[in-house]
Amino acid sequence: MPNRMTLVAVWLVLLALLGISTWVALLRLGSWHAALNLIFAVASAGAVVWFDMHLRKGSGTLKLFAGGTVIFLFIMFGFGLADWLTR
Amino acid sequence: MSDALPAVHEQYQVATQQLAADRLGLWVFLASEAMLFGAVFFSLAVYHYIHPAAMHAATDQLDLSMGAVGTAVLLSSSTTMALAVKAAGEGRRWETLVALIGTVVLGLAFEAIKVHDWFDEFGKGLYPPAGPPFPLPQPAARLFFHLYFVSTGLHAVHLAVGILLVAGLVIMQVSGRLTLPERMVTVEMVGLYWQFVDIVWIFLYPTLYLVSR
Repeated sequence: MPNRMTLVAVWLVLLALLGISTWVALLRLGSWHAALNLIFAVASAGAVVWFDMHLRKGSGTLKLFAGGTVIFLFIMFGFGLADWLTR
Repeated sequence: MSDALPAVHEQYQVATQQLAADRLGLWVFLASEAMLFGAVFFSLAVYHYIHPAAMHAATDQLDLSMGAVGTAVLLSSSTTMALAVKAAGEGRRWETLVALIGTVVLGLAFEAIKVHDWFDEFGKGLYPPAGPPFPLPQPAARLFFHLYFVSTGLHAVHLAVGILLVAGLVIMQVSGRLTLPERMVTVEMVGLYWQFVDIVWIFLYPTLYLVSR
């Protein structure tokens, strides 16, 4: 389990990512908004899962299930959006 | 993770097996929840793709500063919840109690911000089924706000459940029924749920407030 300083450091990183993503959204970057905001969201969620949800120290089975969830979401988004993107 | 182990139920041979089953069961539940919210995000992605102008006009109606403050509050609650789990694993009763109360307060603060937003948006006519006339000419903007209220409402319900669970832990702790570190797995399970609800908002905030701005 992460020590307290690690958890506080993760919190500060999350707030920094929130500030950067909000600032980027105000820059009027066009279609880059979506890509950058998705990257910041994935980074934030990854930090929460890895440290606050303790997956870093979790068993291989837990990591398999967490990874499997992401894969199934990719399948849903990939197959679903393939329809719209290829029309 | 902590090695503090609770009493073993009859269907398990050893406490570590029970602990592993508890953790895996909760992660499977969270995976099913991820698929539920995934469908909502997929709908939003499709609408952003096929109606970019209407989504831009609709997103501009949302209060970005309130969204950012609410997100900061929720991210802070993630940390207090993680600190509560850490303290529970070490058997630090007072530290656990303070962190749990902090989590409840931050969760309630987020809900208050969201309810304030909803009343504000209702007053501007942005709630499509009722209230003042919808202010935007694009029909697809209505689609956005339907999904906005469904997604934020679904998230708020999940957060309310989380607040009740954490408040339950506070009551158990105060009444002495939450013996630590033996029952730290109870705190850990509620913590996992809480973190998941925060992750949902980590994706909802940019999807609703930022992407089309």
